[in-house]
Amino acid sequence: MPVAKSVQTIGRSSINAVWRIGMATRFFFLTLLYSGSSFRRFHLIVKELFSTGVMSLIIIIVAGLFVGMVLGLQGYETLKRYGSESALGVMVALGLVRELGPVVAALLFASRAGSAMTAEIGLMKATEQISAMEMMAVNPIARIVAPRFWAGVISMPLLAALFSAVGVFGGYFVGVVQIGVDEGSFWSQMQAAVDFRHDILNGVIKSFAFGMVVTVIALYEGYDAPPTAEGVSGATTRTVVTSSLAILMLDFILTAMMFGGS
Amino acid sequence: MTFPKGKLIAIMGLSGCGKTTLLRHIGGALKPTSGHVKFDGQILHELDQDGLYAIRRKMGMLFQFGALFTDMSVYDNVAFQMREHTDLPEQIIRDMVLMKLHAVGLRGTQNLMPSELSGGMARRVALARTVALDPMLIMYDEPFAGLDPISLTVVGDLIRSLNDALGATSIIVTHDVQESLKIVDYVYFMAGGVIVAEGTPDEIRASDRDFVHQFVHGEMDGPVPFHYPGGEYRQDLNLQAKGS
Repeated sequence: MPVAKSVQTIGRSSINAVWRIGMATRFFFLTLLYSGSSFRRFHLIVKELFSTGVMSLIIIIVAGLFVGMVLGLQGYETLKRYGSESALGVMVALGLVRELGPVVAALLFASRAGSAMTAEIGLMKATEQISAMEMMAVNPIARIVAPRFWAGVISMPLLAALFSAVGVFGGYFVGVVQIGVDEGSFWSQMQAAVDFRHDILNGVIKSFAFGMVVTVIALYEGYDAPPTAEGVSGATTRTVVTSSLAILMLDFILTAMMFGGS
Repeated sequence: MTFPKGKLIAIMGLSGCGKTTLLRHIGGALKPTSGHVKFDGQILHELDQDGLYAIRRKMGMLFQFGALFTDMSVYDNVAFQMREHTDLPEQIIRDMVLMKLHAVGLRGTQNLMPSELSGGMARRVALARTVALDPMLIMYDEPFAGLDPISLTVVGDLIRSLNDALGATSIIVTHDVQESLKIVDYVYFMAGGVIVAEGTPDEIRASDRDFVHQFVHGEMDGPVPFHYPGGEYRQDLNLQAKGS
């Protein structure tokens, strides 16, 4: 019976998905529970901040610059129709600070740092390093997972802020230096229109939330990966796909909550 | 099964017979569905996580391919447990690490990364890490797998000498009959998850039990058949008997 088989498949996939969400949530709370030792030995977090944050700088800066330049070009073309070229700075800054900064930086972070975290932990599992740690009476969640989690949570808002800052410079370069929009109105209108609490702080909250979600997904996928080459590669792919979808969905929810009624 | 203090005991058997599973039970990584593992007076599966971690500090385990932490140097690998479980000053840790590495003949590799070591060297560094805190029980999961003849002898001798020097109990899970019979005090043979034979190395060598004889002498056919069970051969080849 093809219908029965389809229903079975849907049922099995749904149960599996709910089970995985439950396990990931449990994993998240265990990570929080065992985070104390990471803060007592902050050098573990600093080491991970280097590999997740510092090593992502190049991709964030280059991408931010180009996104800002494209925003400058497209924004100018649109605003020119209404004679509002002087509002280019506002458009670039709000677009970046509220949306593109947190979202694109998180997508890049998921592809660069998230996939690396999954592959690293998956390989540690495949080569029995995690089992060895457990046999040495060292909790792998406290020693391996928690420092990486906090490194991701700390570095994501900083990377998003850097993305936005570089993007604004890209928009300035195209709008003011290349096209000739008035420099004074570019900066002054931006300064007047961008609100710290409403725009910048909400953007920071978004990137903080994205950092938590991406890092938990990456760490869970690595920790849960079957200890084979195929298992690790599948987990790495799932990290990028799941994180990207989670970022976009969460962005809609947060945007609706923050800006929906204003 | 009992593993008396100070003895070096081998568990042998075919692949998939449950040797590594048994080792994981002894280490408390798995909970038995029946029976129990008692170590130092405590039943492992009745312990909570803190109790299990406390008892694991008295154990050491050498994994099949060493399982060295690839993001740490040889020195940091050996120092790992000392830093995690003790408040010793770094100078004392340094001395202890160098002594452990010296015991396995690899003091000069302290600054190398695991990727720079050969298979045999990695196994010896892992051995130094395993005995870093002088455990009461040392478990070895296939310590001879993939080693060249020289490394094999070196690792075998180290297992024996470290066990005697520490006064520990050692359990070796292995396929390597000849090398392990040279160093162990007692052997258990497993098949299908149960003990099928046991004895001292001399008793094992002299055993006339079919399974032990086939295993020790590496014979192709015997109680463990060469052919995996399958259908009728002639039928699989679509051959028909003459006259039919």
